[in-house]
Amino acid sequence: MLIIKTRNLTKKFKDLLAVDDINLEVEKGECFGLLGPNGAGKTSLIRMITAVSPPTRGDIQVLGNDLKTCSRQVKAILGVVPQLDNLDPDLTVLQNLMTFARYFDIPKNEAHRRSTEVLSLFELGNKRNSHIRELSGGMKRRLLIARGLINLPQILVLDEPTIGLDPQGKYLVWDKLAELKSQGVTQLLCTQNMEEATVLCDRVAIMHQGKILSLGPPQGLISRYVGSEVWEIEVDPEERDKTIKDLESRGLDFEEVGGKIHAFHVEASEMSRELVNLPERLRRRPATLEDVFFRLTGRSLVE
Amino acid sequence: MKPFSWRFIRVWQRNRDVFFRLWHSEAPGSIAEPIIILVAMGLGLGAYVGLVDGQKYIEFIAPGIIAGYAMFSASFECTYGSYVRMEYQKTYDAIIATPLSVEDVIAGEIFWGATRSLLTGTIILAIAAIFQLVPSPWALLIPVLAFLEGIMFASIAILFTSFAPAIYSFNYYFTLFITPMFFFSGVFFPLSSFPKIVQTLSWIAPLTPVVHLSRALISGEFHIDLLWALALIIGLTALFFSISLVTMRRRLTV
Repeated sequence: MLIIKTRNLTKKFKDLLAVDDINLEVEKGECFGLLGPNGAGKTSLIRMITAVSPPTRGDIQVLGNDLKTCSRQVKAILGVVPQLDNLDPDLTVLQNLMTFARYFDIPKNEAHRRSTEVLSLFELGNKRNSHIRELSGGMKRRLLIARGLINLPQILVLDEPTIGLDPQGKYLVWDKLAELKSQGVTQLLCTQNMEEATVLCDRVAIMHQGKILSLGPPQGLISRYVGSEVWEIEVDPEERDKTIKDLESRGLDFEEVGGKIHAFHVEASEMSRELVNLPERLRRRPATLEDVFFRLTGRSLVE
Repeated sequence: MKPFSWRFIRVWQRNRDVFFRLWHSEAPGSIAEPIIILVAMGLGLGAYVGLVDGQKYIEFIAPGIIAGYAMFSASFECTYGSYVRMEYQKTYDAIIATPLSVEDVIAGEIFWGATRSLLTGTIILAIAAIFQLVPSPWALLIPVLAFLEGIMFASIAILFTSFAPAIYSFNYYFTLFITPMFFFSGVFFPLSSFPKIVQTLSWIAPLTPVVHLSRALISGEFHIDLLWALALIIGLTALFFSISLVTMRRRLTV
């Protein structure tokens, strides 16, 4: 069942086409990842889907409701975790959650029960009476996620949820997100962290310059664009041309990265015996989503 | 213009909670100043001022001080206060991701600004009453007037805030608009003592009709012109309130 559906969704700023005619379908209960370099249009897309930014063109349906006419009802079932900290610094940790619950008309007792629950879920129980300025960056991030759960959302929209977290915090958040998914909470996850996307997402869309370049399960994208392994070949400058000619003659898919050549889909063919015989110049490693990302969006800075 | 809903009360409650949690960091100052002005001008300057009808000068300025400081309260709240919440704390962004709309947020801000006016107006009224400067029981309506006045000045302030490029912009708002109005709206001198042109300009300043009404409620002397004053306040309030909802939506939903 579709839970989010966009049609011809477009966002234009003065001289920038941030989101360019996107048709997106998110299934109920899945974790859907949005990947893309800075400025790819991920945040603009998310802001439209969460009804805080009006589309220039196109429309959005959430649970079959048109966002233009039902934004209140839709926002009531969304949990939004923004990229930038917008916790209320005038209030304590607990008051932040209680005040936020009030925006959703959650009765006081229930709000208190849920606040306590999400605080312990993210190991912030002992910080309930702290001021926001007393929290570390990681605690603020966890509190932002906890706050996004206060209305028991059916859809959780997360923009870079683990940015700035230490490894402990990161795994804690990944655990909780996986748990929420098993409870049926749909997740729309914007991230720059390829490992995160691989671990959490059922499907990912790779965005670039306002468009979705490719979409599919992480493993599916990896085997489609890169194969199961990447061979990194270190070449001397004088041998470069020869090696490239060799790779080309074997019909191999490759890319030059700095002083190295990355060869893809090598399992499908035989690698040059000369290269295989020089193991110190050759490194085989499992292919990752990051390889797909680079293949699709290029290696130069986009901004 | 999109209308606001009852949900604005959530923003009002948020601001109330913060205010009563931090009141000691702000409120005493905002009450001390009008008292100092009242005493310094009323008793100090008042010793040299003879009014035509034999009224004491401190009695003359008390209603204007109430109206003036009620104006300052709403104006500070909805310029510096609102700007900090909007731009630095990103509180508005957080709230509009919940079932509240931009209009709910702005209405909540305006009604909270008006509540600040009501609180300030009522407290100064009580102090003026202690000084025996409040002869008429009609003065019990001063909180209502202060609240209405607060909606008007909060709306004007929010309108300016919706265009403000930086927090420093509010210096202009206060030095070129609010403070001059405080001096040219009949708070300290009867408007009739100004040249004709200033008198005309005074009637454009939104504080002038408030000072007239405040003076009438405190003295208990009414005049048909006061209906015009009331109509003017209501008209300006409706106008600025509606425009500010539109300009704020434009600023916040890019």
